[in-house]
Amino acid sequence: MFEKFLQTLMDAIAVGSLYALIALGYTMVYGILKFINFAHSDVFVLGAWISFSGAIATGWGAPGSHAVVARWVWGGLFLLTAAFVVATVVEFALKRARGEGSFHIRQTRYAGELALMTAWGWAAMALLQASRQANSAMGLKVVSGFLILLCAMLTCGLVGFTLERVAYRPLRGAPRLNVLITAIGVSLFLQNAGQLDHMFGTRPTRMPSLLPDHVLTEIGGAAARIGPDGSEIAPSRQGVQVRLVDVIGAGTAVVLMICLDWLVFRTKMGRAMRAVSFNEKTAALMGIPVDRVISFTFVLGAMLAAAAGFLYSMKYPGLNQSAAPVWVLLGLKAFVAAVVGGIGNVRGAMLGGMLIGLIEFFGAAYLSTDFRDVYVFGLLILVLLVRPSGLLGSTVAEKV
Amino acid sequence: MSSLHDKARQLRPGIGAATLSSAWPVLGVVLLAVALQLVIKPLLSGVAGGDFYSKVILDIGINVVLAVSLTMVNGFTGQFSIGHAAFMAVGGYTGAGIVYYGSMYAYGDPAARAGALSTMLTDHHPGVLFTGGDALYVTALVAGGLVAAACGFVVGLPSLRLKGDYLAIVTLGFGEILRVLIQQSSDVSYEADEVRAAPLVGLAQLFERPRADWQAPVWARLGGPLGFSGLPFYTSLFWVFTVTGLTLLVAYRLKQSTFGRAFLSIREDEIAAEAMGVNTTRYKVWAFVISAFFAGVAGALFAHTTGVQLSAQELGFQKSFDIIIMVVLGGMGSISGAAIAAAAVTMLPEILRDPTKLVQWFPGILVLTLACAIAAWIVRAVRGVTAKPLWAAAGGGAAVIALTALGYTAVVVSRWIGHPLDIKLGDYRMLIFALSLILMMILRPQGLFGVREIWDKALWPKAGRKG
Repeated sequence: MFEKFLQTLMDAIAVGSLYALIALGYTMVYGILKFINFAHSDVFVLGAWISFSGAIATGWGAPGSHAVVARWVWGGLFLLTAAFVVATVVEFALKRARGEGSFHIRQTRYAGELALMTAWGWAAMALLQASRQANSAMGLKVVSGFLILLCAMLTCGLVGFTLERVAYRPLRGAPRLNVLITAIGVSLFLQNAGQLDHMFGTRPTRMPSLLPDHVLTEIGGAAARIGPDGSEIAPSRQGVQVRLVDVIGAGTAVVLMICLDWLVFRTKMGRAMRAVSFNEKTAALMGIPVDRVISFTFVLGAMLAAAAGFLYSMKYPGLNQSAAPVWVLLGLKAFVAAVVGGIGNVRGAMLGGMLIGLIEFFGAAYLSTDFRDVYVFGLLILVLLVRPSGLLGSTVAEKV
Repeated sequence: MSSLHDKARQLRPGIGAATLSSAWPVLGVVLLAVALQLVIKPLLSGVAGGDFYSKVILDIGINVVLAVSLTMVNGFTGQFSIGHAAFMAVGGYTGAGIVYYGSMYAYGDPAARAGALSTMLTDHHPGVLFTGGDALYVTALVAGGLVAAACGFVVGLPSLRLKGDYLAIVTLGFGEILRVLIQQSSDVSYEADEVRAAPLVGLAQLFERPRADWQAPVWARLGGPLGFSGLPFYTSLFWVFTVTGLTLLVAYRLKQSTFGRAFLSIREDEIAAEAMGVNTTRYKVWAFVISAFFAGVAGALFAHTTGVQLSAQELGFQKSFDIIIMVVLGGMGSISGAAIAAAAVTMLPEILRDPTKLVQWFPGILVLTLACAIAAWIVRAVRGVTAKPLWAAAGGGAAVIALTALGYTAVVVSRWIGHPLDIKLGDYRMLIFALSLILMMILRPQGLFGVREIWDKALWPKAGRKG
């Protein structure tokens, strides 16, 4: 009985922390732009699949399988670099022709962003190469896995940046439903792009386990008790195994959340984010670079989602194709977590994620496995009816 | 005050005239549908691939009903519902249960007993217009709509407390819970004896579930996660056209009526509407109920369409998103826009399945567009538009020809590039669809028509008015 409780608690915390990581992305974007970024769950899927591809490319696959980065990735990277160079030269020449002062890359229209993206792409690639070195030459398995996590986070951050720049920024100030439809379009795009043969394909695969799968400690449990006549009085009970995967997963998630909390509440950028969330126009008047803050938020959310994808693929190695309904349901539950905690509230998202994990796993363990989704969405409707702004959300009075 | 009231009453047409004036459009819709079924269907069955075309027409009709019904909530009332497919599922499963188990009780097997009005292309002609099976089917359509409307009432109630995104999330949660519940239902029974022996409506049986000899009540045998299979096909061009026509009619009359204007006032400004004495809560719930009714009927139509597997997964949030896409592309609050967008969104993935085939269509498109241009020119000339009609027509024609040539070149070039690289354009159809969605939102955020209708005079300006 105790073992079952403990086991459920551990699973709930492990998955709940992943929900929380994804929910943070939803909640931050909602807090600032007031729209539900339905493409966020696809960034999470992308993170899981990039982790898989990265692991294969750095030699984690089955022995004898090719450990190469797809040729089009290199091509894309060189194209990006070329675009950066061309943009810089053109904008420099234009500025010279107009006779406007000194050339500064942060004040250009495109070159600055392209420089950022290029540097980003190359950094991700460098991380991948380092991971391969660590894996094959040095035999530092754990370091290699960690570098793959960083690479996935960087790549997804780049994707998040690009999405915001290309799809969402032109719609700033448009009706909210339009932005929502765009998000659905982006989500469809990511799902179906992931299914192409050149990307991840349509076949489900199995993630190689990047962490040594050993049991740290066993709690509870007992050996069989044998009576004096040799008969078994009590059968042996298996204890709760605390696995390294679970500990590292939950640990990474918690560390990331603490970092985020520090970032949002203790740094200058975090203050800017909160200011933009509070009132975008006033923040802009106060000299806060709103565009940069929003980009930063998207990148941050995407990186957290990528980390969640990596950790999820560690815990559940069977990876479904990118458009599988399983992924969408996971994303929806994370979104529910954000709403339950109070959307727009960073700490609320963490609380909501944990709460959703607990409800789902305890309901599945003690009531019925069949209705695990019902518990989650039932909690959502209950919370919304009792406290529409979520557990930690603040109500905003409507002004006429 | 009272004299004004009396005057208004005197001005009101008699009950006979009123019935006649409101009945003729309905009659017209039904007659057109009969004509479609009895004239177009035989023509289609002669064409190669006629089955495919008729299936596409059925899909378009059902999607038009869905999009127009969602327009009543999202477009007219401005409430944001993202669980519309759930109402469709309610109606679909209700209708499926009635038709399937009704046939089992009445005839002993679920085969379709369709009259001439509901036969498919390939089926032979039974010689009767309307049979007992059809009666069952009509009952199913109406019952599906009513049960869905009841669900719409339940879902509409939270709108007392919730606004905007939060209401949307509740509708989403409702859809998800419904999906899980349907997926927990028992298998479909294929034996008539088993069906007749099973308890009809016992709720008590559901709670006896752990027992070994447990028998699910008939209404809970909906197929579980695999979907409701073995349904007879009744949905024909006639039924789809009738329902589509009636939905459009109701939406049109709603938009013109006092009742519907209350919806519109809530969309424009809820607080102002409330201040003017509109009972916003009541109207919001009504919007949900009416919209859910039509979605339920569409679901019942969908359940009995050929080549369709009715399953809860199919009618999940992705279907809801599809419907929202149609509504937004058409323009929020535009009935005709939603209908046209529904048709376009249904056809687009089918066309993109093999875009190289588009090349064959170009001459047809060209002729059709030129015909439209000439017709528009004639209409303008008749209505007394003097502002260079000939030039406008010529310019339009030239633009059409240029666009067609451009599209033709694009397809040929993409085929030329794609072939050696082994790129099949069909694989990219959903990508192209997603990209065009994003582009449309960025370039034309108000949708195809905005809040206007295709029959609005503002879309067809007289030159004189412009001055």
